Amino acid sequence: MLQVESLAYGFPGRTVGRDVSFSLGAGEAMCVLGPNGGGKTTLFRTILGLLQPHGGTIQLGGISLESLSRREIAQRIGYVPQGHSAYFAYTVRDFVLMGRTAHLGVFSVPGREDVELAERVLESLGIAHLAGRAVTEVSGGERQLALVARALAQEPATLVLDEPTASLDFGNQVRVLEKISTLAATGISILFASHDPDHAFLASHRVLLLAEGRALEIGPPAQVIRADSLKRLYGVSVEVLPLAGGRHTCLPELR
Amino acid sequence: MNSRALSYVLAAGALVGLTALAFAVGRYPISLAELVSVLVGKSVSANVETVVLQVRGPRVLAALVVGAALAAAGTAYQGMFRNPLVSPDILGVSSGAALGAVLAIFFSQGIIVIQVFAFVGGLVAVGLVYWIGSRLRGHDPLLALVLTGVVIGTLLGSVIALLKYLADPYNQLPAITYWLLGSLAAIAPRDLAAAAPLALAGLAPMLLLRWRVNLLALPDDEARALGVDTRKLRTLVVAAATLMTAAAVAVSGIIGWIGLLIPHAARLLVGPDFGRLLPLAMLLGAAFLLAVDTLCRTIATIEVPPGVLTALIGTPFFLWLFALARRSW
Repeated sequence: MLQVESLAYGFPGRTVGRDVSFSLGAGEAMCVLGPNGGGKTTLFRTILGLLQPHGGTIQLGGISLESLSRREIAQRIGYVPQGHSAYFAYTVRDFVLMGRTAHLGVFSVPGREDVELAERVLESLGIAHLAGRAVTEVSGGERQLALVARALAQEPATLVLDEPTASLDFGNQVRVLEKISTLAATGISILFASHDPDHAFLASHRVLLLAEGRALEIGPPAQVIRADSLKRLYGVSVEVLPLAGGRHTCLPELR
Repeated sequence: MNSRALSYVLAAGALVGLTALAFAVGRYPISLAELVSVLVGKSVSANVETVVLQVRGPRVLAALVVGAALAAAGTAYQGMFRNPLVSPDILGVSSGAALGAVLAIFFSQGIIVIQVFAFVGGLVAVGLVYWIGSRLRGHDPLLALVLTGVVIGTLLGSVIALLKYLADPYNQLPAITYWLLGSLAAIAPRDLAAAAPLALAGLAPMLLLRWRVNLLALPDDEARALGVDTRKLRTLVVAAATLMTAAAVAVSGIIGWIGLLIPHAARLLVGPDFGRLLPLAMLLGAAFLLAVDTLCRTIATIEVPPGVLTALIGTPFFLWLFALARRSW
């Protein structure tokens, strides 16, 4: 679904990363781990076509990103930004309906089918009861789910989530990770960033370690997430413990 | 009936009532029966007919058009710049239009030239602000735009001050001052005939894009990721809102506060959705300016400039709104 080939990326006039290559198949979830300022958000924005690549290629469903219009990109890839500062008190329903933009004509207003689709998406994320509430008034976790709902209303083949668990409490983090697994199981390709290697174990099929804009390693969590790779990535000592049932957890060692 | 529908009905009702009242009161009072007779074409005394059709008719219509246009433009600007404190003044539209008009008065031009200059001045000012603002890289684009608007507005204001200083104190200065304060007293039907099509031309794209405009209230990245060419859409809506502002200002002079206050009040009643907000803001804007103008010509023996009254009403009302709605707009 998503193919990235020797990508160099960054802001106009400043390259922050290069030589990133990976591909993401249908129904696959990939977690990007990396320190603050490691280039995760910039990489995501480039993949979404919000920043011009500085080199290399990006393909969505076999089509080069450059040859797609904003509208065509939005029909293929959905974006859940890191947090959302709401300025106006749109209802959660209206907010999710904004996800239908790429499927509507320029002068169109969402119709009955769009509203029904938005309701279904809200239902599937378990926040149907919030439909009439203002996005400015729901809790942080609920707003995060509303952002996911808005991206799903785009009906994209690929979903990019930038630190979807950031600033959420433990329960909401688990709920968001559950949603990621469920969505991947429905065939959507998912690329998400996290600060917690445990999240990669819980919800991803593959992991991309990103430091200083370069991909250190790409592979299944159990293979890539090791004490030495985490030490290299974050500069701290971590013990990666195998658990019963093939599960793993990461435990930092405090000095 | 839900509270949203009730808001429209009440606003429309208030507008009709105020319109009747505006025709009725004044130095030559008109009874409701006389008003109805004129409007349905029955014969009444020549005086009554003149007052209703020649004197008060154009003025009432102008108040409705100008009020609705300023409120619509303000609604568009506020949603688009994600800032409820933004108004047509912020992008230098009003200052630009004012400078154009003052320049025309300074060179002793007639009313038509004054209007053309005001219109061109408004468009040039917003074009300049947009051009400079979009070239200030490395800043938040919206902040750059708004600050550029404030700075350019100040610059235009000092040019206006210079022209006032240089103007002939007996003929030009009173005309300039009068225009800068804003007034609906000297509206001629042909002024309205010139302004109304321009205001409608600005309104049409807003109505057509009424749903899509909502996405401009999102952070730029989000709106683009949802499939909107934000640059193109924002340019189009800015142009439409500026056209409406310039059309209104060219007729009435500078009347502040409406574009800031009315969208606020409307948003409190029906929420931020542009398609629901726009018609209510226009109803409220028309009703508000009509009420203000009617007060202006009746509370004293001389006419009070409406800009003064909107500021007197607007300031405390705005502070109250601000205190009431500080959490969510």
